[in-house]
Amino acid sequence: MNAKNEPQTVNKQDLAAYAIALGDDSLTLGHRLSEWTRNAPFLEEDLALTNVALDFIGRAQMFYSYAGEVEGKGRSEDDIAYLRDCREYRNLLIFELPIGNFADTMARQFLVDVYDAAFYTALLESSDDTLAAIAAKAIKESRYHLRRSTDWVKRLGDGTAESHEKMQKAFDAVWGYTQEFFEVDATEQLLIDAGVAVDRPALKGEWEKLVQAVLTDATITVPEDEWSIRGGRSGMHTEHLGYLLAELQYMQRAYPGCEW
Amino acid sequence: MNHNALPLFEVFIRSKRGLDHRHVGSLHAEDHEQALEYARDVYLRRSEGISIWVVNSKDIVASQESDVEQFYDPMDDKPYRHAMHYQLPDEVNNM
Repeated sequence: MNAKNEPQTVNKQDLAAYAIALGDDSLTLGHRLSEWTRNAPFLEEDLALTNVALDFIGRAQMFYSYAGEVEGKGRSEDDIAYLRDCREYRNLLIFELPIGNFADTMARQFLVDVYDAAFYTALLESSDDTLAAIAAKAIKESRYHLRRSTDWVKRLGDGTAESHEKMQKAFDAVWGYTQEFFEVDATEQLLIDAGVAVDRPALKGEWEKLVQAVLTDATITVPEDEWSIRGGRSGMHTEHLGYLLAELQYMQRAYPGCEW
Repeated sequence: MNHNALPLFEVFIRSKRGLDHRHVGSLHAEDHEQALEYARDVYLRRSEGISIWVVNSKDIVASQESDVEQFYDPMDDKPYRHAMHYQLPDEVNNM
């Protein structure tokens, strides 16, 4: 990234699209985590997961609100969240995957938290002041999320035979979605060159190192890179996003403009 | 997970510097480390404190109802041990 004292002009619509993509990452995962509310294994974990869900939904609100301001089309954060269809969503696929069982949720969460901790640390240095300010808030949350999910990966991975098996299966099932963390297209590359966006490919080494260390500690075998899937940033999603949006957007779709 | 099998912890929170930790409630967790995280998530959601103690409930030794006669009654007729005749200055808030 360039130093902050070298401001470069970037295309406003590209910047808005970038903020929307980051908001989509946060909103889809926040919604997924909220599905655990009142369904978690026990009360304490229910509250903890709901707190994490709210952290992600709060981020989405900040990113969308900034995107609306930058693009200058008069869209509010609610318009951006509720009135776009699947193909207009730009989140990485890993964020939209169903919650599965508790091991599936925690395996995905851990991989995301390691990524988020590195991502928001880098975004702190963004030449865009608003993105840097959002990162300053998010990084504290993500470090706590990471502490929690690391704890669970070790607890279940190195727990009973059954919890170990479920954790291993969870990592095997989600692994192919992690490559997308570190891939960028030409438009995002322009924002990276301008010092606005995070150089995601550069985060891969740090991510792999920490993930491997924790998985080894948890007696989980790090999956092989046998397959990988991508497409979220270009609007090509898994079948799961449609169902997520159907629930998320139901009220605004059924009763347009409804407020309460 | 069988919730009833998880040990019970008591949670103490210091609301600000200079004050003592106060008992705020209890929760279930697998160990101290998890209890500390859950205490944060369950009891500090609205900035209630700046420091947390968690203690395994079974490690707390409590006085019993049957101890009252020996423990507390003997103090009743010794008013000279109390600061009851001392005027507190208005500025002292936490005594």
